[in-house]
Amino acid sequence: MTKLTEPHVRLEIPVEGNNFTAAGEAASRVKKTLQKLGIDSTLIRRVAIATYEAEMNIVIHADAGKIVLQVDADGITVLAEDRGKGIPDLEKAMTAGFSTASDRVRAMGFGAGMGLPNIKKCTDYLAIDTEVNIGTKVVMKFNYPAAT
Amino acid sequence: MELRTHSVVLEAEKCKGCTNCIKQCPTEAIRVRNGKAFILTERCIDCGECIRICENHAKKAVATDLETLAHYDYRVALPAPSLYAQFKVEKPEKIIAALYRFGFDEVYEVAFAAELTTCAIQECVENHPKTNAAGPYPLISSSCPVVTRLVQIRFPSLIPNLLPVDPPYITAAKIFLQERLPRLNIPREKVGLFFITPCPAKITDLNNYGQPLVDGALPINLLFGELNSLLPEQGTVQALPLVHHRGGGIGIGWARAGGESWGVNAENALAVDGIQNVARLLEEIELGKFHDIRYIEALACPQGCVGGALTVENPFVARARIQKLAGRDGAHTLSNEVKMMYADLKRQDAHFFTHDKGIPDQSVLRLDRDLAKAIEKLNQLEAILAKLPEIDCGACGSPTCRSLAEDVVQGNAQMTDCLFILREQLEKLARKLLILAQNRPPAMDWANEKEEENDP
Repeated sequence: MTKLTEPHVRLEIPVEGNNFTAAGEAASRVKKTLQKLGIDSTLIRRVAIATYEAEMNIVIHADAGKIVLQVDADGITVLAEDRGKGIPDLEKAMTAGFSTASDRVRAMGFGAGMGLPNIKKCTDYLAIDTEVNIGTKVVMKFNYPAAT
Repeated sequence: MELRTHSVVLEAEKCKGCTNCIKQCPTEAIRVRNGKAFILTERCIDCGECIRICENHAKKAVATDLETLAHYDYRVALPAPSLYAQFKVEKPEKIIAALYRFGFDEVYEVAFAAELTTCAIQECVENHPKTNAAGPYPLISSSCPVVTRLVQIRFPSLIPNLLPVDPPYITAAKIFLQERLPRLNIPREKVGLFFITPCPAKITDLNNYGQPLVDGALPINLLFGELNSLLPEQGTVQALPLVHHRGGGIGIGWARAGGESWGVNAENALAVDGIQNVARLLEEIELGKFHDIRYIEALACPQGCVGGALTVENPFVARARIQKLAGRDGAHTLSNEVKMMYADLKRQDAHFFTHDKGIPDQSVLRLDRDLAKAIEKLNQLEAILAKLPEIDCGACGSPTCRSLAEDVVQGNAQMTDCLFILREQLEKLARKLLILAQNRPPAMDWANEKEEENDP
């Protein structure tokens, strides 16, 4: 991740795979932290939605992972990193509607195949590093709105 | 920041300084300071949760008193539909009759305005672009003023989701002033317009509307006793006094949770009631869930307005009564009178039912307007929180350990307000005292020997 300038906030939250009860808590904490920092509410919404989708990807597809939030004067970075099965075909995964989620997960209302496309729409910079049967690392960056 | 008046206030002499209300408040707006509860104005959303929870009845709503009625020649009652749920009557006509017997010269039903509001919401929801990218989904009804305030201070990113349709009590007052008042031939200052309210938040909303609409708001629980004694006998057929527009089943249904969305009848709608349930739902909407839902009716009180903090009847009983009263006609349609009047008022003023007032972001969450300072404060807050016991006992007067940490960072509290920290510091001090007490100068050696001799 990027080198942080001072002062900064760093928050690391573990995410458990297949735990749908706690799913969303990491995104919620990220959101609350940004609200405390007085970040523009439209930007918070983008970060929250992207983080939630990334967190759900860990819950649905991976064994375990973490969400790391970093905030400094230059911008906001969210890292979603997991140990899991990885993404075999990243290009396909970026297509709206494509999903490998099981029927059980779909029955819960998740796995609509909008996760990564949604994340892309919400972020200013997105990098996905994935390896099959090892895991996935998603780096999402967000710029502050130009001062008015 | 705009200046707001509030309806929920503390009666200091009744407050025992317990922590029940601070724990119940959905916006953490109450602190106990100097043995008394204290409401932080910028956080209060007038939901009335503290009125409900306080066993000493130390929280109350500031409303109009009955003497005010005497200042006017012609007194008009605008009863909220929830009033009808308070009495054991088979039809609302009897309650309207009781209002006339009480001394009102005219009853103008908010239930009727609610049906016009229903039309306005239907139109707004239908005309909203269907794709998610073009506009925010889901739309959130702004009929409950508590929910609007909650969005402003805790969920400002959802402000664009709020439907810009005025709530029925506002519309009722506006229609009366525009349609009915000119025909009365009585000067405005001699006509007293009184909203009969189930909750403090509607009082606040009317007070802050921008233009004065009503001359007072009377809580349902203030009128209940007298109205109850004035109800016509069971079974008597009452010639219905002057009511210009009668509210139908849909309008009456607005008093209960789910009534508004039942009337609006939109696809993929959802109704939620109870302030904590509403907050939880908004929390999830902020994470991007539910974008397939088009419209949400959200009411702060349990079971809807019938559960308002200023009502009398049990909310569940009241809700059942409303369902019975609203379903009386069987029909789930708006009358032609409503549809024509809606079209007519819209023709005169395209924005009659909607408002274009920007709803300001009044977030109370940010620690500082300057990002660098906010970051420093947040890190301080986390460091303080790590020292606190995190059992959220409330004895310090702040609702949670986290809120105490925030109060300390903002200079509104001290670490030693925490009993655990205070005890820890006392212990350290006591140890130091003991060490000092045992530390005697050499010239006092004889004292040690004497002490040993005296020790049994």
